[in-house]
Amino acid sequence: MLSKRIIPCLDVRDGRLTKGIRFKGNIDIGDPVEAAREYYEQGADEIVFYDITASSDGRDIMIDVVRRVAETIFIPFSVGGGIRTVDDMRRVIMAGAEKISINSEAVKNPPLIFEGAKVFGSQCVVLGMDVKKVEPNVHVPSGYEIVIHGGRVYTGIDALWWAKEAENLGAGEICLNSIDADGTQEGYELELTPLISTNVRIPVIASGGGGTPEHIGDVLTRGNADAALIASMVHYRYYTITEIKTYLHAHGVKTRMAW
Amino acid sequence: MIGIVDYKAGNLTSVARALSYLHEPCVITDDPRVLMQASHIIFPGVGAAGEAMANLKKTQLDKWLREWVQQGKPVMGICLGTQVIFEYSEENDTQCLGIVPGKVKRFPQNLRQGNEQLKIPHMGWNHVAFRKDHPVFRGLPEGAEFYFVHSYYPFPDDDTWVIGLTSYGNPFCSVVARGNLIAMQFHPEKSGRPGLQILTNFCRWGGRDAE
Repeated sequence: MLSKRIIPCLDVRDGRLTKGIRFKGNIDIGDPVEAAREYYEQGADEIVFYDITASSDGRDIMIDVVRRVAETIFIPFSVGGGIRTVDDMRRVIMAGAEKISINSEAVKNPPLIFEGAKVFGSQCVVLGMDVKKVEPNVHVPSGYEIVIHGGRVYTGIDALWWAKEAENLGAGEICLNSIDADGTQEGYELELTPLISTNVRIPVIASGGGGTPEHIGDVLTRGNADAALIASMVHYRYYTITEIKTYLHAHGVKTRMAW
Repeated sequence: MIGIVDYKAGNLTSVARALSYLHEPCVITDDPRVLMQASHIIFPGVGAAGEAMANLKKTQLDKWLREWVQQGKPVMGICLGTQVIFEYSEENDTQCLGIVPGKVKRFPQNLRQGNEQLKIPHMGWNHVAFRKDHPVFRGLPEGAEFYFVHSYYPFPDDDTWVIGLTSYGNPFCSVVARGNLIAMQFHPEKSGRPGLQILTNFCRWGGRDAE
């Protein structure tokens, strides 16, 4: 039986974490490699890096970060942000990432999903979806709309349709981020997540809103998610990944407990 | 020196990175003359069986792999590398190396566990129930899990080849072993410390299943 995955997400700009991460002794760590290593030790099942670098120089720094992470942690990790072409994907994968994640670029250029899957295999291509709840309408019958550019631009695309379309194009996994829940730490979106997860045949990672181990337990059971993305709750050291997993295990959610 | 067989199947550098971390000298190559000098062979791979076999034939590595297994050199298959050592794969209807009698099947579309419709590929961490003790799998922590990502699984004709089983809807064969050959469906190079333990054990292994 597969374990549910717990996946910390690290935002990186110009090769540094955008928010310091507090670890033992309350020291702020700005190095994404150190942070990844710490989460690996705590039992993270996978790690996501999101590169918010604007300049092209910064992108080379990110490739170096990917290479250093690949030399020190031996679990899968993915990289998203700024990936626009198959060549961009290749650089990140050759540097050692297991998967690449595409979001706004996939909306603007859907064949990118297909091309990436053809060259690297579906298991390498994660579709990131930012979703906002809206009044159901002709274009968005599910009442969940795809937004891009960090939630600023509405696309008129229905989230459920887009999830199925991306699966058909060859995406191997969906990282489903609720913009409404994101940053609230009040729990994951428990209507959107099962709606998507039960209507596609590829794994769905729930993202946005996780604040407590209980929230994670909810989205992995009632929410039908295959994995949960976490950020603030571990970055600010409210919980360690080990504590989260211990909670899940005690509440009957199958999670990897030996590492 | 550990020889990693390069047959253009996905990113082979992750195995090399893990070995470097373990201070095990290794080389990634498609040159049989270099691989011949290696004490151990790792046959990894991510991708599709059809293209993998085409590349192996082009470089004549198909013949050499059979030869090395026969000679008694320790050989480890990983993921796609494990699948192509069988006779046949349903993926792209491919005739494979035929080192292990049996075939590679696709997970059925309607795979279920209780009420839950299971997803394909089988992606993530899962247990392996070992049926017997093997030197390559010693020293693993209780309850260790391993990272899988695949839509096809090995199905040996002879059940005695199966030394590890994993449950996904139904149990499937996740580790096969005989003599100097050991092959697994999961990725030890992506399975954290237990995976690194397997790689270390393999590098120290003389190639006999009862040591």
